[in-house]
Amino acid sequence: MSGQNCLVANDWICWDYVTSRSQELTDATVEHVWITGASVLIGLVVAVPLALLARRGRRWSASVLTFTTLLYTVPSLAMFSLLLPVFGLSAALVVTGLVLYSLTILVRNALAGLEAVPEEVREAARGMGYGPGRLLWQVELPLALPALLAGVRIATVSTIALTTVGSIVGKGGLGNLIAPAVNSSFKAQVLTASVLCVLLALAADLLLLGLQRLLTPWTRAGGRPSGQGKGA
Amino acid sequence: MGVAGGAWDWLANGANWSGENGVWHRLGEHVYVSGLALAIACAIALPVGLYLGHLGRGGTLAVNVSNVGRAVPVFAVLALFMVSPLRNAGYLPTVAALVLFAVPPLLTNAYVGMREVDRSVVEAARGMGMSGGQLFWRVELPLARGLVMTGLRSGSVQVIATATIAAMVGQGGLGRIITAGFNTYNTPQVVAGALLVAALALLVEGVLVAADRLLPRAGAHR
Repeated sequence: MSGQNCLVANDWICWDYVTSRSQELTDATVEHVWITGASVLIGLVVAVPLALLARRGRRWSASVLTFTTLLYTVPSLAMFSLLLPVFGLSAALVVTGLVLYSLTILVRNALAGLEAVPEEVREAARGMGYGPGRLLWQVELPLALPALLAGVRIATVSTIALTTVGSIVGKGGLGNLIAPAVNSSFKAQVLTASVLCVLLALAADLLLLGLQRLLTPWTRAGGRPSGQGKGA
Repeated sequence: MGVAGGAWDWLANGANWSGENGVWHRLGEHVYVSGLALAIACAIALPVGLYLGHLGRGGTLAVNVSNVGRAVPVFAVLALFMVSPLRNAGYLPTVAALVLFAVPPLLTNAYVGMREVDRSVVEAARGMGMSGGQLFWRVELPLARGLVMTGLRSGSVQVIATATIAAMVGQGGLGRIITAGFNTYNTPQVVAGALLVAALALLVEGVLVAADRLLPRAGAHR
C-alpha cells in the first residue's frame, strides 16, 4: 500500500496518479469544458436562425434538415483532419467541427419546438398587436424553449464525448490524456480520463436539467416536457 | 478545387488500392468490423427493445440506456480496451466498442416504435381474440417496422462513420487512410478517405432502404 506502488504496478485505479498529475488533469478538464461549452453555444446561435429558415416551408426545411443530417455522417476523424488546412492546429478547428455536429440535433429540436407552438396562440398574439419580431421573442421562442433545451442537453452530452476525438490535433481536452496513454499502456491515465469524461457529461446533463426547470416552470405542472428523446 | 482534384487523382491511382495499406484491404476491414458490430448490436438490442415495447414495461430503462450511451465516448471505450488484455485480441476491441455505441439508439428506437403503435388497434386485435404472440408478430411488429428500420439505418451510418476512430489506436479500417494522410500532411488523401467512408455509409443506407421495400409487408396496403 505504499506510495509509488500502483504507478509502478500499472494498476487501473491509482490514487497516486490523480494526486501527482492533478495539474495535468485539471488543465485537460478545463480545456474539455470550454471546448464543449463554446461549441454548443455557437451551435445554438447558428441553429436558431437555421430553424427559423426551415420553418418557411417544406422546401426550406427539407434542404436545411438534409444538410445538417449529412454533416453528421462525416466521420469525426475526417472532419477534424479536413478542417486542418483552414484553421491549422488550433482549438478553433475542433470547436468548428463540433459546432457542425451539434447542428443536427439543435436544428431539429428548435424546429420541433417552434412548430409545436399552437396556431391559436400566434393568432391571439397577432390580434393583440404583436409584430413578427415581438411575436418571436416574447411568444414563440419561450414556448419553444423546452424542446430547444432538451436538444441542448442531448447536444452537450454527445459533444463532451466527441471532444475526445479532437486529440488527433492535440486539442481534445481529456482525450489528450487518453491518446498517448494507449501507446504506453498507462492504464490509470486512460481510466481516470475516461471516467472524468463520463462524469463531466453527467454533471452537464444535470446542470442543464436544473436550468430547464428554472427557465420553464410551467412544464412541470403538465407531466414530461415535449420533444425529448427523439433526437437522431 | 485543388484538394478535390487531388483527392480524385489519389482515388484514380491504382497503386493506392492494392497492398496491405491499400483501399481494398482497408475497405474489407471496415466492412468486416462495422458489419459484425451492427449484427451483434441488432441481436442484442432488437429482441430486448421489441419485447419491452410489447410488454409496455422498462420504458425508463430504454430511454436512460440511450442517454447514458450518448455520454460514453467511443474513443475512450476503445482506448480502455486497448490497454487491457484485449489489446492482442485482433478486432475484438473495436467491435466491442462499436457494439456498446450502437446498442442504445437501436434499443430505444425498437421500444419507441412498439409503443407508438396505435393503442386502439392493439385493443381491437386483442378483442378479436389474438394471443400475445400473434399480437406481437402480426400487429405490433409490422406497424412498428418503419421506426425500427429508421433506427437501424441511422445506427448503421453512425457505426460506419465511427469505425474510423479505430485508426486512432492503431487498428484497421478506412480511418487508417485518413490518419496516414493526416500524418504526412497529405490533404488529398484525407479527403479521399473521408469520401470513401461517406460512400460506404450511403451505399449501406441505400441497400437497407431497398431491402425494406423488397421485403414482404404483412397486411399493409399503403
